[in-house]
Amino acid sequence: MTVMRTAFIDTTTALLDEDPRTALVLADISVSQFAPAGRRHPDRVLNVGIREQLMIGVAGGLALTGLRPIVHSYATFLVDRAYEQIKLDLGHQGVSAVLVSIGASYDAAEEGRTHQSPGDVALFDSLGDGWTVRVPGHPDEVAPLLRDAAAGDDPVYLRLTEQRNAEAYPDADRLRVLRRGGPDAPLVVAVGPMLDTTLDATEGMDVTVAYTHTPRPFDTAGLRALAGTDVVLVEPYLAGTSSAVVGHALADVPHRLLTLGVGRTDLRRYGDAADHARWHGLDAAGLRRTIGAFLGSARG
Amino acid sequence: MATTLTTDSSARLPGLIRRLTGDEKHAPSAHSTIDVIQVLYDRVLRVTPDTVDDPDRDRFLLSKGHGPAAYYAALAAHGFIPEAWLDDLGGPDSRLGHHPDRVLVPGVEISSGSLGHGLGLGVGTALGLRAQGLLTPRVYVLLGDAELDEGSNHEAIAYAGATGLDSLTAIVVDNSSASHGWAGGIAGRFTVNGWTADTVDGRDHTALYAALTGHRPGQPHLVVARVESKG
Repeated sequence: MTVMRTAFIDTTTALLDEDPRTALVLADISVSQFAPAGRRHPDRVLNVGIREQLMIGVAGGLALTGLRPIVHSYATFLVDRAYEQIKLDLGHQGVSAVLVSIGASYDAAEEGRTHQSPGDVALFDSLGDGWTVRVPGHPDEVAPLLRDAAAGDDPVYLRLTEQRNAEAYPDADRLRVLRRGGPDAPLVVAVGPMLDTTLDATEGMDVTVAYTHTPRPFDTAGLRALAGTDVVLVEPYLAGTSSAVVGHALADVPHRLLTLGVGRTDLRRYGDAADHARWHGLDAAGLRRTIGAFLGSARG
Repeated sequence: MATTLTTDSSARLPGLIRRLTGDEKHAPSAHSTIDVIQVLYDRVLRVTPDTVDDPDRDRFLLSKGHGPAAYYAALAAHGFIPEAWLDDLGGPDSRLGHHPDRVLVPGVEISSGSLGHGLGLGVGTALGLRAQGLLTPRVYVLLGDAELDEGSNHEAIAYAGATGLDSLTAIVVDNSSASHGWAGGIAGRFTVNGWTADTVDGRDHTALYAALTGHRPGQPHLVVARVESKG
């Protein structure tokens, strides 16, 4: 079974062969997997060593000369560590890149907090409105999203994870309804790998469940079309990351909003991703409990 | 728009700088970078107002973005920007701020101000040119000795040296302003990583020219331009 990281490596390798504008910048992560591409394109497959500030700076310089850099590492090193480089060496220079992370919020549960980045999408929100953020929920969504990003000139963050849904929905850049509730049923939006758990958790509830792999720009038109009074967001990164976006989109509409995601506390626990999902209330039982209480309170 | 191109801007720079600073008391030498920038734009850089978008141009990246008066004056002296822009430094409608913005100023290669970003961008620029077969342009990055405190520079220094990035020249204007100094000298930080280095009097134009054109094949090059201590 193909995993997202493999899909990324295969697609990027193909892009390097197909498009001389493509360049890849690494900081020791995934270097061995890209060795064949590096032998064919030594000037466009660049490993700077364990130097993430330089990794983004180099990407900015490559982009200044007209190349389209793809930059890759664990989310926490790529985004959290190199935040000011992303802000200044890309955004403020007026150039862009495709940033592709692995690790997500707690794929690396056993590695501990140092290898986890639940706040990465929120950091992109702090950089302004230029970034497209893709959070695929299935490995088959990765290649089309990456190809679309590489072909463009805009800044794109592609957040890969080891978590996955059973089905791929490559066209879900806008809200795609996967379960339709009754008239004015509450709307539950699942982002990326949260879809299957959300479907399980809301089984038997009269809710509409919609899916997207693209939280930025958020499909606000689709949201307004689908939303009744009650809206629930289930996101695989920091809880509330999309609160402001949704709040603005529904500013003139009476609504109640519940935002679920990874908690703000460093749990200081290891275990695996399923353990962390449970501890953050993001397993099916946890979601069912929280969503049920929220919807019940509306009617109580 | 002033389009006068000069190959010796020394007579014009003081007046242009005064338009920026309104400072009649201090000589142009109060600006630590002025001689390096003058030699670069008068004699070294292959770039003109007509070639600011030419892929084959040389690149000058002012990493040390603070105190850009000498830089703006040089750009005006060489016709990249109108002299009139110098009269409204930092104004609400000015294109010239206390730190330069490449999107606002023709001829400015990078937006800078926060220290420690230019050398990484310069490494990437040099790599991008090489990847596209553009082997003629050189990339010059100007830093300050205190700016070297930022660890990001040392990521770039080590990598550029290890990979023999020989289209890159770093220039460190050393006015001894680093809080904790650089015991053993600045050049050693670079040469230990495989760079060539020339340390010269930062006011001596003949020495600066020789150093700025003194790069050798297979290694990135450093010029340390020593000037009077700050303050």
